[in-house]
Amino acid sequence: MNSIPLIHFLIVSTALFFIGVYGFFTRINMITMLMSIELILNSVNINFVAFNKYLHPESNDGLFFSLFIIAIAAAEAAVAIAIIINLYRTHSTIDVEDANEMKL
Amino acid sequence: MSPLILILLLPFLSFVISGLWGRKYLKNLAGILSTTTVLASFVISVTTAYRYFFVDGKVAGKFVAQYPVDFKWLEFTPDLSIHLGILIDPISVMMLLVVTFISLMVHIYSLGYMKGEERYATYYSFLSLFTFSMLGLVVATNIFQTYIFWELVGVSSFLLIGFYYSKPSAVAASKKAFIVTRFADLGFLAGILILSYYSGSLEFKDIIARYTDSSSPHLQAAISSSFLGVSALSWGLVLVFIGGAGKSAMFPLHVWLPDAMEGPTPVSALIHAATMVVAGVYLVARLFPVYAISCPAALHVVAVVGVFSSAFAALIACTQTDIKRVLAYSTMSQIGFMMFALGVSGYGGEAGLGYMASMFHLFTHAIFKALLFLCAGTVIHFVHSNEIKDMGGLKKSLPITHIAFLLACLAISGIPPFSGFFSKEEILTAAYHHDKLIFWVAVVTAGLTSFYMFRLFFSIFYRGEENTHAQSHHGEGTSSMLAPQIILAFGSVLAGLIPFGKFVTSDGVGLEAHTDWNFSLLPIALSSTGILFAIYFFMKDNDKAEVLASKFGSVYISLKRKLYIDEIYEFVTKRIIFNLIAQPAAWFDKNIVDGFINTIGKATQVFSLTTSVWQSGKVQAYSAWLLAGTLVVLIMCLYYLQLL
Amino acid sequence: MMDASVISFYVISAFLLTFGLMAVTAKKIFRSAIWLLFSLVGIASLYFWMDLQFLAAVQIIVYIGGIVVLIIFSIFLTQDSGSALPRAIKSRKIGAALLSVFGFGIIATLLARTAFVETTTPMDVEMKTIGFKMLSLGGDGYALPFELVSILLLAAMIGCIVIAVKNIPGKP
Repeated sequence: MNSIPLIHFLIVSTALFFIGVYGFFTRINMITMLMSIELILNSVNINFVAFNKYLHPESNDGLFFSLFIIAIAAAEAAVAIAIIINLYRTHSTIDVEDANEMKL
Repeated sequence: MSPLILILLLPFLSFVISGLWGRKYLKNLAGILSTTTVLASFVISVTTAYRYFFVDGKVAGKFVAQYPVDFKWLEFTPDLSIHLGILIDPISVMMLLVVTFISLMVHIYSLGYMKGEERYATYYSFLSLFTFSMLGLVVATNIFQTYIFWELVGVSSFLLIGFYYSKPSAVAASKKAFIVTRFADLGFLAGILILSYYSGSLEFKDIIARYTDSSSPHLQAAISSSFLGVSALSWGLVLVFIGGAGKSAMFPLHVWLPDAMEGPTPVSALIHAATMVVAGVYLVARLFPVYAISCPAALHVVAVVGVFSSAFAALIACTQTDIKRVLAYSTMSQIGFMMFALGVSGYGGEAGLGYMASMFHLFTHAIFKALLFLCAGTVIHFVHSNEIKDMGGLKKSLPITHIAFLLACLAISGIPPFSGFFSKEEILTAAYHHDKLIFWVAVVTAGLTSFYMFRLFFSIFYRGEENTHAQSHHGEGTSSMLAPQIILAFGSVLAGLIPFGKFVTSDGVGLEAHTDWNFSLLPIALSSTGILFAIYFFMKDNDKAEVLASKFGSVYISLKRKLYIDEIYEFVTKRIIFNLIAQPAAWFDKNIVDGFINTIGKATQVFSLTTSVWQSGKVQAYSAWLLAGTLVVLIMCLYYLQLL
Repeated sequence: MMDASVISFYVISAFLLTFGLMAVTAKKIFRSAIWLLFSLVGIASLYFWMDLQFLAAVQIIVYIGGIVVLIIFSIFLTQDSGSALPRAIKSRKIGAALLSVFGFGIIATLLARTAFVETTTPMDVEMKTIGFKMLSLGGDGYALPFELVSILLLAAMIGCIVIAVKNIPGKP
């Protein structure tokens, strides 16, 4: 099972991270931006787990970090969606470019 | 705290109250309020004068200065500090009386004259401000306090001249008055600095004591250091006199006074006839011992300027057709009398006659000139014009004004037994004993005075028919306008009988006035001739005056144009100062200074416009820049660690 | 040597990256959510591939069963799901793509140059171990973060209610 070197995992997670970044920069709809953020968080999780498994298998820290990140991501997604729903109620849109009241 | 401070504080209070709340809440009450406060000031002044002159003023047969209030305001060093205080001595008490009395009369008169004016309360607050500052000026214990109130007086004069600020000519006149007197005040300030630098004090009593004691080191220092061949003391005194000449409208700084007649007429009576314009005389009188004992040369300058201004103004007054301007030039001429009376005076005893005469003339002049202005105000109120040609034959419509004006004219002409006779007579005596040339010019000027005053009198009240179209329907005015005229008329008749020499003299020792009838004959004869000429030319409707004027031709025209002094000022200020100094300076300011600042501003603007694009408020743009920046920093770190 | 596990790793990786890319580029929002779901399934498979059954299960339960469903709900609430999404201007897309590729390049280069000391020791991923560690207080224990996360979840729940509750006119 160690036939796959660590570096491949890291490359995959980096690629996923920058896919998320690309989405975050180009998406205008807030929900799709949130999805991009989920991708970024998942890429980080892969990293944690891979490092844990390949470099320090004697402990379980990377695994626990991933677990907590998933929990926090759930909370974050819930809050974000609450905000999105509220914004939609007041502005009838969830495009970031339209939420510009505080801009000159 | 002495109750004397109330003399000052009451008008100040009235100024604050009417100024802040007058227009909104007090309205017509503002007039009553101001008048009451001035009345109270007047009553306190009278009691003060009584106590000073008859009860406690004299020490060993000599009037000495008292300092009922002396408050240290700014202390620079233990030796040098600026005080604020009240100085009571014969001339300040006399001035207190004059200022509060004339101010009271003018306040009462204005109750009727300014009725219905929109800025009635503002007017009264300005009047109170003026009264306050003038009183502060006369009781000043030190030269710096004098300067402060001097400027305050200038400000209130400026405000009152420009009271009808919607009239362009009034605005121009107020600016002119302010700028010309400010220019003179520059000299005053320089004079203050020189005098106080060498004497090491700002207090009048120290300055006088140190400069009149021939052994004092201060005096030696002031005399021995010189600039352009003139000693520092002379410079200081002449510069102080220039300040006084500016306020007192002495030639060549008189140009603002005729224009100042744009203000309301009661203001002219108070400020530009009776009180503020004599401030210059008062200032010279205040420092008189220094002039007389230590620097006769400076005193001679005072005498020459005074007598020249006097004759100069009298000549111009003969040709003017605006009645207030005639009175303005007459004021200038009479102040010239006071000035040269000081100039020809010595210090102490009989030699100090000129000083006493000058103060006496200041006193009587204040009364009859205020009366003349108030009468002129009534006339102007009646015909709604300042020009002589709109008047004539007003004797029937304005009987009381007619009598009052006649009395005032007799007083100013120096006909016995009216007040002007006594004071002028003493001035002439003093001049006679000092300098014959000055005496002869003064006598002729006195004759001219009676000529132009009666020219005015006859042109207003006799000559021609009453112009029924121009007149209004309110007759001679309210009783509040008539009462001051009647009181002042009595004053004009009786003020000369006061034994003035007993109270006000250069050294505080009483001086017995003696009228030498043989000597008086000449001035009286000349004055009477002036009156007769005026009767001949102006009593009946005829063209004799025009014929005479055309005979003199260019002389008449140049006099009528006020000897082109205004044009000369215009030339100097517009052509020389404006074109050669102000315009290049303005160009420099606009293009170099402003240009530099504008370039900086524009550069900042361009820079900020460029950078403000980055602050778009777009979260995604921010995060993109954040990532890009992080990557750049990362690369730099890697490069530094030689990992790349 | 290409055995099945190696091949499956690359297949899974390609799967999750492809669907991740599709999720961020899809023109319709509902499809975008579905591609995201597939990508997350791919990640869960990767965890399975690494023998981390517990983490993979949590991934499926929380992400796929929770977050993606939540996203789909919110799409239904706020969007006309069939319509095309507003699209960013081209220059921004190109900029973002360049930035991403550039960043990926740097990180990849850096990773390639780093020598990791890999071990072959197997990891203890027994459910029992995880459970003990999660609730023990000692040096290896995660009781404190566990409690903190529970508080965080409570706070998030209350916050969501406060933010999303409807403002009834006339009531504060």
